Amino acid sequence: MHYRYFPGCTLKTQAKEMEDTALAAASALGIELQELPEWQCCGAVFPLSDDELITLLSPVRTLAAAGGEPLVSLCAACHHVLKRAQEVIKRNPDTREKVTDFLEVDYAGEGRVLHFLEVLRDDLGFDRLKEQVSHPLAGRKIAAYYGCLLLRPAKEMQFDDPENPTIMEDLLRSLGAEVVSTAYRTECCGAYLSVTEEKVATATAEKIVHSARRAGAEALITACPLCRYNLENIGGPALPVYYFSELLAEALGVAALKEVARG
Amino acid sequence: MPRIGVFICWCGTNIAGTVEIEQVVNAARSFPGVVYAGDYRYLCSEVGQKLIKDTIKKENLERVVVGTCSPRMHEVTFRKAVAEAGLNPYLLEVANLREHCSWVHKDPAEATPKAIALVRAAVSKASLDEPLTALMLDVEKRALVIGGGIAGIQAALDIADSGYTVDLVEKEPSIGGRMAQLEKTFPTLDCAACILTPKMVEVAQHPNINLLTYSEVEAVSGFVGQFDVRIRSRARSIDPSKCTGCGICYEKCPAKVPSEFDMELGKRKVIYVPFPQAVPNIPVIDRENCLYFKRGRCRICEKECPAEAIDFEQQDEIIERRYGVILVATGFDSMDLTGYGEYGYGQHPDVLSALQFERLFNASGPTAGQVVRLSNGRPPQRVVFIQCVGSRDIARGQNYCSKICCMFTSKQAILLKEKLPETEAYIFYIDLRTAGKGYEEFQRRAAEEYGVIYLRGSVGKVFPEGERLLVRGVDSLSGRPLEIEADLVVLAAASVPRRDAPELARLMSINSDRYNFFDEAHPKLRPVETHTAGIFIAGACQAPKDIPEAVAQAGAAAAKAVTLLSKEKLQSEACVAKVDPARCSGCLHCEAVCPYGAIAATETEERVRGELLTRTVAEVNPALCQGCGCCTMTCRSGSVTLQGYTDEQMLAEVDALCLQR
Repeated sequence: MHYRYFPGCTLKTQAKEMEDTALAAASALGIELQELPEWQCCGAVFPLSDDELITLLSPVRTLAAAGGEPLVSLCAACHHVLKRAQEVIKRNPDTREKVTDFLEVDYAGEGRVLHFLEVLRDDLGFDRLKEQVSHPLAGRKIAAYYGCLLLRPAKEMQFDDPENPTIMEDLLRSLGAEVVSTAYRTECCGAYLSVTEEKVATATAEKIVHSARRAGAEALITACPLCRYNLENIGGPALPVYYFSELLAEALGVAALKEVARG
Repeated sequence: MPRIGVFICWCGTNIAGTVEIEQVVNAARSFPGVVYAGDYRYLCSEVGQKLIKDTIKKENLERVVVGTCSPRMHEVTFRKAVAEAGLNPYLLEVANLREHCSWVHKDPAEATPKAIALVRAAVSKASLDEPLTALMLDVEKRALVIGGGIAGIQAALDIADSGYTVDLVEKEPSIGGRMAQLEKTFPTLDCAACILTPKMVEVAQHPNINLLTYSEVEAVSGFVGQFDVRIRSRARSIDPSKCTGCGICYEKCPAKVPSEFDMELGKRKVIYVPFPQAVPNIPVIDRENCLYFKRGRCRICEKECPAEAIDFEQQDEIIERRYGVILVATGFDSMDLTGYGEYGYGQHPDVLSALQFERLFNASGPTAGQVVRLSNGRPPQRVVFIQCVGSRDIARGQNYCSKICCMFTSKQAILLKEKLPETEAYIFYIDLRTAGKGYEEFQRRAAEEYGVIYLRGSVGKVFPEGERLLVRGVDSLSGRPLEIEADLVVLAAASVPRRDAPELARLMSINSDRYNFFDEAHPKLRPVETHTAGIFIAGACQAPKDIPEAVAQAGAAAAKAVTLLSKEKLQSEACVAKVDPARCSGCLHCEAVCPYGAIAATETEERVRGELLTRTVAEVNPALCQGCGCCTMTCRSGSVTLQGYTDEQMLAEVDALCLQR
């Protein structure tokens, strides 16, 4: 299985462990992730106004660089921007013409844009993944936290049921962990309010973590560096927050999980 | 060239406000064949009609063109007027100057030339009009009512009381419909069964009503006065002449499946009556789930039945019958809420639809009348009702208001408070719509006497939190987000048409709206008729409505049906298709496209070079033909013409319209 791979800035800095563990797991699973040459910013935030074209330039350049091959990313935010930018190019011929003319590229929305979790679910299959698990996470009570970027808007992301998603729980099960269901797994983590309105962000993140603790979780997993940052920066008793790839690599026996619980 | 008279109507200012009448009249005078052109303020008035009649006689007119409103409105009026003056009524043409012209244009400079063109076209067509004669058709003095809910029951009773025989067809094993599932009814809190079951029994006992339960309409052909209908009466696997309704069979039956009547909350046996007051009180075997039909073993019911009424060999019965009228009252479904994942419906046992919650109150319901949480069997301390789930939701649900939810939610809150006075009831609403006799007072009682708390706003998410449910919403009056811990959440699901409504509409050739509710012929003036003559609608299959409205509409539809049944003869369509056998090649493509089954093959004899040859050609049955014109479009040799709309007439109209101004 061959994919083009877009890491994004955070995976080379703050979330290095997500990339390291995901790449290690991918190679163990026979999934080839070929990094795009000279990649640049994913666009960081998807532009919500129709006439804001400048912020589409970066993701469209990235999409075009994949040359129609399936393009995989790990960071929820990068995947969100790339996927939605592709939807705009598919849906809106006017925008497509303006953006591709400016970039001098030929791109009409071709190629699958995937999050690594989708590769595991749809292309590899959790059943096959389960067969390759050498160090099952038996007895470990883990709760999945989705946040918003992978799920919404559901029509464009087409990732999972936005209200009652199962992909991360299915992953955890295939890794042998005990899934803890938590109420707030699709609620907002506080997002960028951690910069401007820290109290608001902390309060929402606390709700998520405390609810998971009450439900008996020992740890949370996420696919988003910002979610992880917010969930770790709360007052009161915390929970370790891992990237899904960290547990994946551990279960496959390709990387030992750091012993120390963060937060 | 026949002598043609043209009459232009002002329709008050409806036409005259945008169209320069005088110019149209002057122009009309110059059209070929026109010997008279005049105008009048209201041509449809008695004075206006008299003007037409008098002019026909005075000017010796042979064709009449009126420039008025749509022929849907007054064509009949003017045809009668023309006929009274001694002309064949089909020698009249209507130029639609209102709906097609004055109402859709603002500028007289645009509207007037268009009106002139429309009149010119009508004149051209009129000059080619031929006298036509309608047939007089028999009326079968028997009515078919489809759907045995409260609307169908009421309609059947009203028609039967007028002395006509009614066949009442119900898909389920018992009549009763949605109303039978209800515990109480607003705003009087009558017990639903107490007021419904007497009517059900009356249906069963009525000498003029022939009840066909567990039956479905499979095919409809024919036309008003003579609908030929095929009904499949499914095999109950019980001999009704032997069954005493003792109930031993379903007591002993070992197989259980979710009960449709209890909205899948409880279980029913595989041989069952849906509810204790069922009419008829004869069980059915659900063959899909019966152990004997599935695996060939069991037959316990057969062994236990003291009346030896079980008949595993029973076959579906096909009933083919002719009806003068059909009345459709197929009711509604509660919307499937699986798209509303945020409320946890289907995920959490304590999140219920309103109809499910209603069943909890019923003594023969899944909890034997105990209002309890299905997760733990304990009574709820707090219940949160969420209204407009699927209604007034442009993004994911239905655009319309389901109309009954405000009232049934208040009713359920009152029933809850009656049963469990300590339990708190919260209702999230968008608007409280309580238009109806005694409705507003009822809702105020819920709030003021029973202490039900109404919160204006909506709910974003229902979380399972520990053993309870956390309801997060917003109170839009205070503008604050709210979180309420609840034990039960009740969703007022939108009312939607029955899933098979589109199929039924197709069978009957009746129109539906964008949601698949059946369309009435006119939203104000013909509320219980459909566009297909002789087919009427009543109840929630037309739009969401409450019981009083459904009953009123059923009575109205029954009255319309009886009006038709009471006629000795009906006039058929005169503008019907006709085949020219000399040109027809007998391909019978016309037969394939005819929606009314009005075309059939026949033999014709013709002499070719002295030899008598027989060959197949198409023939139109004028009693069945409704003049739709499908056959004329399909005919490759142009040998089918629609009388009153011949190719020559249509082309004459087109030529007139395309003429340079």
